[in-house]
Amino acid sequence: MPFEWIAAVRFLREGRMQSLLIIVGVGVGVAVIVFMSALLSGLQANLIKRTLSSQAHITLLPPEEIARPQQATDTTALRLQKQAQRLRAIDQWQTLRDRLETWPEIAAVSPVASGPAFAVRGEANKAITIVGIEPERYNRVISLAERLTAGQLRVGAGEAVIGIELAKDLGAEVGDKLRLSAADGRSDTLIITGLFDLGNKGVNARNVYVGLRTAQSLLDLVGGVSSIDLALHDLDLAERLARRIAGETGLTADSWIKTNAQFVTALTSQRVSSNVIRFFIALSVAFGIASVLVVSVIQRGKEIGILRAMGATQAQMRRIFLLQGGIVGFFGSLLGSALAWSFLMLWQLLARNPDGTPMFVIGVEPGLVALAAGGASLVGILSALLPARRAAQLDPVVAIRG
Amino acid sequence: MAEPDDRVLHLAGIRKSYGSGEVESEILHGIDLTLRRGEFAALIGPSGSGKSTLLNLIGLLDRPTSGQLHIDGEDSGQLDDTGLTRLRGQRIGFVFQHHHLIPAFTAEENVAMPLLVARGRPDAEMFERAGQLLDQVGLAERKQYLANRLSGGQQQRVAIARALVTNPSLVLADEPTGNLDTHSADDVFALLREFNRRQHTTFLIVTHDPRLAARCDRIIELVDGRIVADQAVASA
Repeated sequence: MPFEWIAAVRFLREGRMQSLLIIVGVGVGVAVIVFMSALLSGLQANLIKRTLSSQAHITLLPPEEIARPQQATDTTALRLQKQAQRLRAIDQWQTLRDRLETWPEIAAVSPVASGPAFAVRGEANKAITIVGIEPERYNRVISLAERLTAGQLRVGAGEAVIGIELAKDLGAEVGDKLRLSAADGRSDTLIITGLFDLGNKGVNARNVYVGLRTAQSLLDLVGGVSSIDLALHDLDLAERLARRIAGETGLTADSWIKTNAQFVTALTSQRVSSNVIRFFIALSVAFGIASVLVVSVIQRGKEIGILRAMGATQAQMRRIFLLQGGIVGFFGSLLGSALAWSFLMLWQLLARNPDGTPMFVIGVEPGLVALAAGGASLVGILSALLPARRAAQLDPVVAIRG
Repeated sequence: MAEPDDRVLHLAGIRKSYGSGEVESEILHGIDLTLRRGEFAALIGPSGSGKSTLLNLIGLLDRPTSGQLHIDGEDSGQLDDTGLTRLRGQRIGFVFQHHHLIPAFTAEENVAMPLLVARGRPDAEMFERAGQLLDQVGLAERKQYLANRLSGGQQQRVAIARALVTNPSLVLADEPTGNLDTHSADDVFALLREFNRRQHTTFLIVTHDPRLAARCDRIIELVDGRIVADQAVASA
């Protein structure tokens, strides 16, 4: 071990009480930071997961139809009536689907034919959305199969999977028949093969999943699809990728970030405020370390003077105190990570859903501990800069006499 | 007579003043002094005469305002702080009045400290040498004791071992026995004398004690920042 390490460790060990107190102080700071980070990322991941359980990361739609004046004119007073949007198909959707599937950023591509209809069963009559899917593909975008509460995900000819809310409203169960009627009097009678719960009451009450063909004929979209749902490997890229796709295909591409703008803003501001808090905790930890080391430099003036008389250079003295800061930060971060881990275990024990399952799963990841250890050591070294400078510049004559 | 390159310490026209402008006060008014290899000299003088200031200059802990200071022929005026530190570490040993060991380290580690500082890492050789010196000052059994668990006389003997561990050309001792009882003081003085005889190390000992000064080979007397007397002691 180099001389500076030996001296730094000995000095810390000798000043037992001081070192212990400051390590505990650093530990508490690190614990709060780690606990907050883990809780926040767990919470946010959980919120995003819930939000996206019934949503594609990107949805591609046909371009909006825009009414244009027949002739450009500056002189005529003109009022353009905006046009109601029809249900339209995406051109060449098979080619587009195959092309998008080759993009490395895209995890899954699922064409969807969806449109409004009524579900009729006996007296009950409900407005619903027909969602025609290719179950294999769709399941990779929204894991419907995992969310079934009854029956199975089977949407062959004459079969439908409906949400639990709709089932309740209609008083229907798996195996029951359901009549869907769309515009222009097109209708079909289907057997309910499964019930799903996507964790969103609106979706559970509205979506009726049927085979792509069934939907196409009910919605008069023969051979066409009304939208293409995409799942991505990296959620955060959604908006950028959506713009790229829109630019390349001329379609409207809505990312989950755009459709949930308020939600995303809320997440971002939550993250920003937690960063501010973390910064100030780190700052107060740094001041704590610095003040203890400043006192230590004063207390050890004589020893610093003797070491200088023994031939220790200013650089060596500086390193001894920088190391002390780093060591305090490092051990504080280990203590802090252990504390944070216990907090999280306790929190998970206490924060539970009504049914007794944990509200959401969070854990202290090794990466976070490594980051905390590295960060705290760095903060320790930085906060030791000033004390270390004082130690190095101490006049040995004065130090030894004092 | 001694050869010129025998000069361990050579001071020429050394002045030292503190403060500046109106409040400037000169402590040393032109000191010329030469110590040769193997000399055992006492530096005496009333308090306030500038003894400590002179010792700090010779020990390269401070710089003179003007004048030349050579250690082993090397001109200290040419060196920066790191150079001075290196020269000090290699050529000069210190024995302070208040023994000044580092309490967080054992006796052995304290003795090896100048070597550890210079080499940057511990090695077996430095602890072997520290062990030998502790043996020579009669503390072989206390090697592993932390410094603050030793008595005053023992601590001062550890300090002497430490001052000699680098085989310095010059050992500066500032009232080395000032804090000790008569018996320990005699022990410590005898030790210094022994190392001087055996290794021909040059010693400069600052003392108030005329009895001690009389047992040195040469007495240099400093009054008001000037050397007023410098004479050999007739050997007994």
